[in-house]
Amino acid sequence: MTPILQAQNVSKIYDMGTTKIEALLGVNIEIGKGEFVAIVGKSGSGKSTLMHILGLLDTPTEGEVILNGINTKGMSEKQLAQVRNNEIGFVFQSFNLLQRTTVLDNVILPLKYSTVPSSEWERKAKEMIEIVGLQDRLKNKSNELSGGQKQRVAIARAMVNDPSMILADEPTGNLDTKTGEEIIKNFLKLNSQGKTIILVTHDDELAQIAQRKIVLKDGCIVK
Amino acid sequence: MIYVPETIKSALSALALNKIRTFLTMLGVIIGVFSVVSLVAVVQGFQNYITDQFSALGSNLILVTPSVGEGQDPSRAFMGNKLSLKNVDTINLYVGDKISVITPSIRIAKTAEYKTKTYASTVVGGNYQSYSVYGLETDTGSYYTKSDDSKKASVVFISSDVKKELFGDRNPVGEKIKIENTNFEVLGVAKPKGGNFDDRIFMPDTSLKAVFNIEALSSIALKANEGLDVDEVMREVKVALLKDMKIDDFSVVTQKDVLSSIDQILGVLSSALAAVAGISLLVGGIGIMNIMLVSVTERTQEIGLRKALGATSKNIGRQFLAEAIFISLGGGMVGLLLGYLSTLAVASFINATIPWWAVALAMGFSIFVGVVFGTYPALSASKKDPIEALRFE
Repeated sequence: MTPILQAQNVSKIYDMGTTKIEALLGVNIEIGKGEFVAIVGKSGSGKSTLMHILGLLDTPTEGEVILNGINTKGMSEKQLAQVRNNEIGFVFQSFNLLQRTTVLDNVILPLKYSTVPSSEWERKAKEMIEIVGLQDRLKNKSNELSGGQKQRVAIARAMVNDPSMILADEPTGNLDTKTGEEIIKNFLKLNSQGKTIILVTHDDELAQIAQRKIVLKDGCIVK
Repeated sequence: MIYVPETIKSALSALALNKIRTFLTMLGVIIGVFSVVSLVAVVQGFQNYITDQFSALGSNLILVTPSVGEGQDPSRAFMGNKLSLKNVDTINLYVGDKISVITPSIRIAKTAEYKTKTYASTVVGGNYQSYSVYGLETDTGSYYTKSDDSKKASVVFISSDVKKELFGDRNPVGEKIKIENTNFEVLGVAKPKGGNFDDRIFMPDTSLKAVFNIEALSSIALKANEGLDVDEVMREVKVALLKDMKIDDFSVVTQKDVLSSIDQILGVLSSALAAVAGISLLVGGIGIMNIMLVSVTERTQEIGLRKALGATSKNIGRQFLAEAIFISLGGGMVGLLLGYLSTLAVASFINATIPWWAVALAMGFSIFVGVVFGTYPALSASKKDPIEALRFE
């Protein structure tokens, strides 16, 4: 299997002056194309830090992250932004949709920072919105949607730029069980279509749906 | 790549989300630009008015005025006004070949009556040549003649406003108006000339002196022959008058002198307005900065999200800067529009015009204020760490 994401000997150490906090210590991860991986850990295990580093929102103190063959070490802020835009689709616990903005405009947002010509934006966005089943909600504003619908918009937004992987941080955390299951079904569907998915969660049960579980404890991989 | 039209679009839609706030933030700039534009327009209108008044008199006009006892009331003659008819003769004697027309001028404020109507007017006494010195034009009837001057005839030539107020649509020629118990026959009516020329009643200075018992002159007005250097003629008039009076007793000015001193006063006024403009725009700018900082904090999560989705710091900074500029520029445009409407509102009183440079200055300054006061909030937005920003509730 071709690795789509590699974290090699990644450490993150916060220097607080007198003390040093080791959030991650020598983490090695390899995720193949089309895999559905869950990163599990309790609060304080370092999973958030790991997710930020894998999502290129943060840089490791040591080690390197190779995404789709691109070594991101030493990249400028602008280059990292570009890689994030092209290669990673984010889904957050609190949805993070633009307030009082339509479903369509929310999904278009990543395209605005991409090289995709603006004439393509609407078509691509509509295509994704259809996949998550919200085609009749195109012109609804984000605040007019239910939690489940909001998260489906977020998934469409994550998908719109055809990224190498989707990084979902507790995507069902703010949803009731039934809605959460629907969202997970969406991920499974995307995975069956070949999308690589990394699910970050503290919920062991939820992690069961993944093909593989990576368990973090005190900044190290234990399983 | 996010390009400029997209930045504009997203800035405008962000501002549209908070319409009332955007409007209130704009208000500082609106008031600043409005007050500057309308005041500049009024000053400009005033300047146009004065220039028109003077150019109606002709650029070769020379005015001799008494140095003391200034003002229009020659009854202050005892204060030292030494200007008299003798001076007119002196000028005629020495400089007569260089001037086309000359008239003594006595101005007094008097109320004219016709039947039940009254009108507070300025009565101007001058000789028959005053018609061309003042550049008057006749609507109906005629001006008084040299023989009226010598006969001290009780005749008047009235301006358009006087005619309108006292006679309405009626033809006043041949009618008699009463000024301080003396009846004067109306010989003619002047065409409207604009400004305070239209509230006057002209009569022979000899008649005015006889009826109202006034000796000294308000001024002597004369016109240099066409083609001559007005300043040179002015100097010769001065030299001639020194035979009658001391140098401190009178002053001789050309129209150019008067215009330039008025220009100077208006220039100072304009600078004062510019200072007020600067202060009000500064206040408006601080308001913009304040609201932009609030907006940056409120939208921290949005900033984090945009960065996660691929926005660079530059994209974010540009977006917030564009919002600040639009608030400021929008305020400038609304202010300009209101300023323009205000010139229409006062159009019947003064022909206020907005000069092109005021438009350019208002717009330029608005953009400048937006850039200056939007830069700090934009920078603080662009510097936000995406992780912290996404966590922000």
